[in-house]
Amino acid sequence: MGVRVASEWLNSCSGCEISIIDMGERLLDVLQVADIVHIPALVDSKYFGQLGDQKHLCLPEADVGLISGGVRNEEHLEVAHEMRKKCKIIIALGTCATHGGIPSLANSYTPGQILERAFGTETTDKPEAYPSEGVPPMLEACYALDEKIKVDIYLPGCPPHPDQVFNALVALVQGKPLSVPTKSVCDTCPTVRKGKGELKQVRRFLQAPQYQAPDEPLNQMRCLLEQGLLCMGPVTRAGCGGDGVTPRCISARVPCRGCSGPVRHEGNQLLDMLNALASNGIDIKSIPNRPLLLRFSGAHSLLKPAIHERRSS
Amino acid sequence: MSQAITIQPITRIEGHASIKIWLDDAGNYQDARVNYMSLRGFEKFVEGKPAEELPDIVCRICGICPWMHHLASNKAVDRCFGVTPTPAGHKLRELMQTIAHAEDKLLHFYFLAAPDFVIGPDADYAVRNVVGIAKANPELATQVVKTRYMVKMILDKFSRKTIHPIAGVPGGFCKPMLEEERQDILAKMRQVLDFALFTIDFAKKNVFPKYLDAIKTLGVITTGFIGTVDENGAHNLYDGKIRLMKADGSFVDFDAQDYADYLGEHVEPWSYGKFPYARTWNEGFALDVDHPKGIYRANTLARINVADRMATPRAQAELEEFRALFGRPAQATLLYHYARLIEEVYACERAIEILEDPIITDTNVRAKVEPNAGRGVGCVEAPRGTLIHDYSTDANGLITRANLIVGTTHNLGPMNLSVKQAARALIHDGQVTEGILNRIEMAVRAYDP
Repeated sequence: MGVRVASEWLNSCSGCEISIIDMGERLLDVLQVADIVHIPALVDSKYFGQLGDQKHLCLPEADVGLISGGVRNEEHLEVAHEMRKKCKIIIALGTCATHGGIPSLANSYTPGQILERAFGTETTDKPEAYPSEGVPPMLEACYALDEKIKVDIYLPGCPPHPDQVFNALVALVQGKPLSVPTKSVCDTCPTVRKGKGELKQVRRFLQAPQYQAPDEPLNQMRCLLEQGLLCMGPVTRAGCGGDGVTPRCISARVPCRGCSGPVRHEGNQLLDMLNALASNGIDIKSIPNRPLLLRFSGAHSLLKPAIHERRSS
Repeated sequence: MSQAITIQPITRIEGHASIKIWLDDAGNYQDARVNYMSLRGFEKFVEGKPAEELPDIVCRICGICPWMHHLASNKAVDRCFGVTPTPAGHKLRELMQTIAHAEDKLLHFYFLAAPDFVIGPDADYAVRNVVGIAKANPELATQVVKTRYMVKMILDKFSRKTIHPIAGVPGGFCKPMLEEERQDILAKMRQVLDFALFTIDFAKKNVFPKYLDAIKTLGVITTGFIGTVDENGAHNLYDGKIRLMKADGSFVDFDAQDYADYLGEHVEPWSYGKFPYARTWNEGFALDVDHPKGIYRANTLARINVADRMATPRAQAELEEFRALFGRPAQATLLYHYARLIEEVYACERAIEILEDPIITDTNVRAKVEPNAGRGVGCVEAPRGTLIHDYSTDANGLITRANLIVGTTHNLGPMNLSVKQAARALIHDGQVTEGILNRIEMAVRAYDP
């Protein structure tokens, strides 16, 4: 029998699961050595028994548990605890699980504000009360997985590159240590940096960066941050390009938005970026919306509702 | 009520949903519901953000169809800022969206839906999945995995990031296409078209005939339909007018900017997902299996029902064959799978057409953009249905208000009706088997990507 693998998705989009499928033919190799015992995207294993008549949520036991998504409601919490109970190793798969991800932008608002907007849009027939029957209550915030359960391995990325998922599964099957990137996106970026100097403001990404020709190699293009674009490369963990290394967005001539989260797990992309800009003499007031620097890492209480909203909710 | 059955989670779909079925004392159907379990709050938390950043934020609504959100959002921001994308920028966006459709339909048919048809609805759940298919038919499985991967890697290699995309930008596209890239992608899409034609033939010979009884009975309801058509009334995935059709086949066409005059969203106390309905029909909203009110459906079957014809020759031939068998509009829910394969043929043919257009390698891919106060509605056909992003911006180009109607939600009402219909037809005298419960789930799965 192979390694037993269980997979769950919480406050997520399914991109991490599609990234697993995007291993391509390697997926068939993985299936040779892994028994997938639970993955709602692909396999019909149910929480309350196959006949839906059990009282308690129950998942099969597994050697490895992959969990994508943060923890946003009571169902997520229950599933996360059950996965922890049944799996020997828990992998936080993707930046939502490791740092909250894009959905943790909601942490700037209370659940009440979120419900008020969702059920109060221009096209919505306003209800007398918000939905509450058979749907899990929302938690106060969108939490990273390790705020609620112990995590053994972190695989950030939005989504993690299929190479990273494959390498992690192979390492686990072979019982070898897993190497995860520890560098920043900048450390792996081939563009040309000329050093400190002339830049005083960052500008919004409304025009293409300067480069000579459509086929100009990246190692001849000037660093996008030095071109004045707000590129999160200095404060973002490397690895989005997989084994090919080159950062994905940069190679599309688009600035890094920070999707793999901070370089160190406990880093703060907002503070680190403001420091980096300020120490280079760049006016941080030129950034139009600073909380957006935490767009991938707003969990761990880094993004919070305004104080008066917290009091009134 | 003597018994409640919970199917949770609904599996082999994208997203979080469950089914609850209540039986009476005699063990017969009393009621059923599909609960949509999660709310992330995108409409709130995009407020205050620079509009040009939204296409890279909202794609996280869905990891299966991120291109759809990315591009609907880009279109909405273009409108807010009053910019028209360059011709090459426009075509590159449509090319990415069309190829993403081609990939999605292969994923859905073979990875998510096919286990019910190829392995069988009553098979043990441990083998009723893509792994089971790989073991039962390794040759086909290898070809499926290879072809789907090839399509996905076209998007990944050219756009650099396909979950979640960054290549669409306000005013157009982030980079031009080189001639050698064009030739490479064109050759690959011709191969994918061959596979699409093989797939629809395979399904017409080996899959659909076996399940004709199920197609005629499982989850069958009578509703209206919504989809996008071009100026000639032909099916379109990327651009055009929205067409809203009643069950009797009559329809109205409207500009996406005016969607709020035609559609409303109803709220039920047991679902975070809202229920869009045809407000313009002035009959309200009712989830009544026999007499639904305001209910229309979206996604593949809806799109081929509302279209007068398909815009490409092979897809049109398939549509004619389909219509000769099932009429217009066709109502049987499992026909979503058949319609999906017709759209797969269209997506491949359309991608080839775009790649053969010389404008595709033009280097002027991005128009100049200035932040602006404005309002814009961006609309594309996502795999699951008509996707609407509606934004307003202030003078600095920051979002002041966002309203989203996501493809999936159009079908939340219909999925409830199909599940009610299936449960009522299949459960008698307390007899509940795994096969019956899976058939009820199949009524939901048909509506997935």
